[in-house]
Amino acid sequence: MYKLLLCWRYLRTRWIALASVVSVTLGVATMIVVNAVMAGFSHEMQTRIHGILSDIVFESHSLSGFQDPDWHMEEIRRAAGDNIAGMTPTVAVPAMLSFQVRGQWITRQVMFIGIDADTHASVSDFGEYLQHPANRQQLSFDLREGGYDTQLDSDAESEPLRPALENAGWPYRRERVEQEKLWRQQQQAAGGPVRPLDQHVDAVLAATEDPAPPSDTTNSTDLDAAAPIDPFRQARPDEGRTMDPATEQFAGIVPGIGLASFRDRSGVDRFLILPGDDVKVTFPTAGTPPKAVSNTFTVVDFYESKMSEYDSNFVFVPLEELQRMRGMIEPETGIGSVNSIQIKLAEGANLDEVRDALRKAFPPELYAVSTWRDKQGPLLSAVDMEMAVLNILLFLIVAVAGFGILAIFFMIVVEKTRDIGILKAIGAGSSGIAGIFLGYGLALGIVGGGVGMALGLTITWNINNIRQAVEWWTGQRVFDPSIYYFFNIPTIINPFTVSWIIAGAVGIAVAASVLPAFRAARLHPVEALRHE
Amino acid sequence: MSSEFDTAAAQLRLHDATPAPVTSSPVLRGIGLRKKYRSGTSTLEVLRGVDVELAAGEFVAIVGQSGSGKTTLLHLLGLLDAPDGGEVHLAGTRIDTLSSSKQDLIRNTQIGMVFQSYHLLPELDAVENVLAPLYVRYGMLEWLRRRHDARQEAVALLERFGLGARLSHRPRQLSGGEMQRVAIARALIARPQLLLADEPTGNLDAASGAGILETLTELNQSDGLSIVMVTHDTAIAARAGRVIKLADGCVEQQLTTPGRSAHAPPDFHERPARAGG
Repeated sequence: MYKLLLCWRYLRTRWIALASVVSVTLGVATMIVVNAVMAGFSHEMQTRIHGILSDIVFESHSLSGFQDPDWHMEEIRRAAGDNIAGMTPTVAVPAMLSFQVRGQWITRQVMFIGIDADTHASVSDFGEYLQHPANRQQLSFDLREGGYDTQLDSDAESEPLRPALENAGWPYRRERVEQEKLWRQQQQAAGGPVRPLDQHVDAVLAATEDPAPPSDTTNSTDLDAAAPIDPFRQARPDEGRTMDPATEQFAGIVPGIGLASFRDRSGVDRFLILPGDDVKVTFPTAGTPPKAVSNTFTVVDFYESKMSEYDSNFVFVPLEELQRMRGMIEPETGIGSVNSIQIKLAEGANLDEVRDALRKAFPPELYAVSTWRDKQGPLLSAVDMEMAVLNILLFLIVAVAGFGILAIFFMIVVEKTRDIGILKAIGAGSSGIAGIFLGYGLALGIVGGGVGMALGLTITWNINNIRQAVEWWTGQRVFDPSIYYFFNIPTIINPFTVSWIIAGAVGIAVAASVLPAFRAARLHPVEALRHE
Repeated sequence: MSSEFDTAAAQLRLHDATPAPVTSSPVLRGIGLRKKYRSGTSTLEVLRGVDVELAAGEFVAIVGQSGSGKTTLLHLLGLLDAPDGGEVHLAGTRIDTLSSSKQDLIRNTQIGMVFQSYHLLPELDAVENVLAPLYVRYGMLEWLRRRHDARQEAVALLERFGLGARLSHRPRQLSGGEMQRVAIARALIARPQLLLADEPTGNLDAASGAGILETLTELNQSDGLSIVMVTHDTAIAARAGRVIKLADGCVEQQLTTPGRSAHAPPDFHERPARAGG
């Protein structure tokens, strides 16, 4: 009884002891905030990584891929059973993406991915990252009549606008073609040489007919070669007609937004190309040795996964187009080849188990099976490692606070020596005396940890307001969206982590009070009473 | 802890709600008590075989020069320190060799102690200080069951000592005499048969000191409380029934004050009878 009473009284009257737990409080608060933010970042990152990749990627080692994806999908279903929720075949090849900006050709190295517009949405969140609302519902590789998002998310005025997308789509394309014609006429009237300055006019190919088989590269244009004088005549000879770029488009293409735009300092996205522009892609054919072929595509949308590695690397086109252009369709049977199958697992299925089952079912010399985690393994484990190290460092802060408590407690025991003598004189046992100080340590730990938890949670919940306040106060951008690709600091509070942090802090406070408590318990009553 | 205390209390039922029976057998006895203190290489023998006896209801004063060992003797009798030789008996039972938890229990229930510098707990108010021995004795639940009666008893004791208006004052808000009276109330709350007082008036002015002495004398005479008081002032010692003079760690002489004898009326605490005590 007296232990509780005295603990309570000491807690209320010894402010110095409360000061000693301030460091525990701060440590706990910091740990909670850091863990929440790190978990938020990590989650955000994983969502993005996973957003584009399907759960499991089943791929061929060769660029030419394997034939008959339907048969493979059946085999996969047989091997993995009910764990499969969806599959879609894809073709991925390295390629060069070229586009013209103000008369200058810009070429980027990309991963060129043919996807099945109908089924791809069933295996990944790819559709959600598109800029046109209708495409988010159902992806179409046809150019839209405007209506692309100019705002990034629904909320916040601090977010960058994308005014350039306002007019994108067919209206933009028509305008460009019109300007192009005007310019050309002016040039001709002036008698000057007509140079192709824009890919609209420059690279017109018939899109309605089947292109030649990939071995037939007569129509492929080398980008480095001199551009044709009159692109309207550049249509394939057998085609016999030119295409009207104001009303027709090439095969649709969806590049990552990082390839097409950059963010300026004010947070506004500047676009190099827009939906409606035409681009050229150079990629290898399926034969051996692969030959480079080029084709023209019309940008119909952008995707933005906010994972810059993907956004500046992946370019999506219709699977069938790519198969045809690369010569991956058997002329006799019409069966195409693909080089990977994206697999989505059913809810609750074990990623690694399914992967191992597939690895067993298919010869590893021919096929590679990997989960999305495997694909980003080093990145994910680096983040985990970072989090672990940070936690250790921060916990050391709390541990240092423990030594502060130890020192203060020794002081309090010295200060309370006479009281300890009195308690012993009126019959308190040594264990009871030790109990007072252990209980005191526990109480301080609970107070420190509790206040720390409240502080940490408050900061975490209001971290974006705090960020804004700091930005307003200092005039500096604390959290630059153009670096992280998101506008609010993401946080996830894991109750399990929080309770561990609190338990650790309380444990340290109690551990720090053990030595002083023992010292107090061992005090000799006579000596203690004599103490002045 | 509390259950251990209760069992031990049952075994050691030396004391109950009823006043201790007055017998001629000594309530407290020290036989051949010795105590040495070592400091570095030199050894200081403070007590060299002291025999003391306290009959029930007796008021004994121990006097002596500073360093004569009188306080040490009191500590040995009060189980605050262990003798290097000799025995301490309480109501016929040897107590200096008991386990420390039993000694804790005896200190809590059988012996009340009063010190020169009061030794109140600064965080507690007057009533709580008086209740401190009961806090120590009872566990949480036991205390909750008894707190009402116990508090009434503490208030009654303080009122008896004229502190009715000081119940919720902290020690630092009290004068020396008031603090000492709170300390005496604390010593009596557990209803011990024995009160050990170490220079109870040493820090007080003459008037307050006289008041404390008056209180002690009254407790002895009307309540039959056995008291051992240590003092260096022979005038104060004269209030006791018997004076033991220590010199150099030995009993030098014993005097019985004329006109005072060891007798005790049966009524110790004047309080309404409580069922079950």
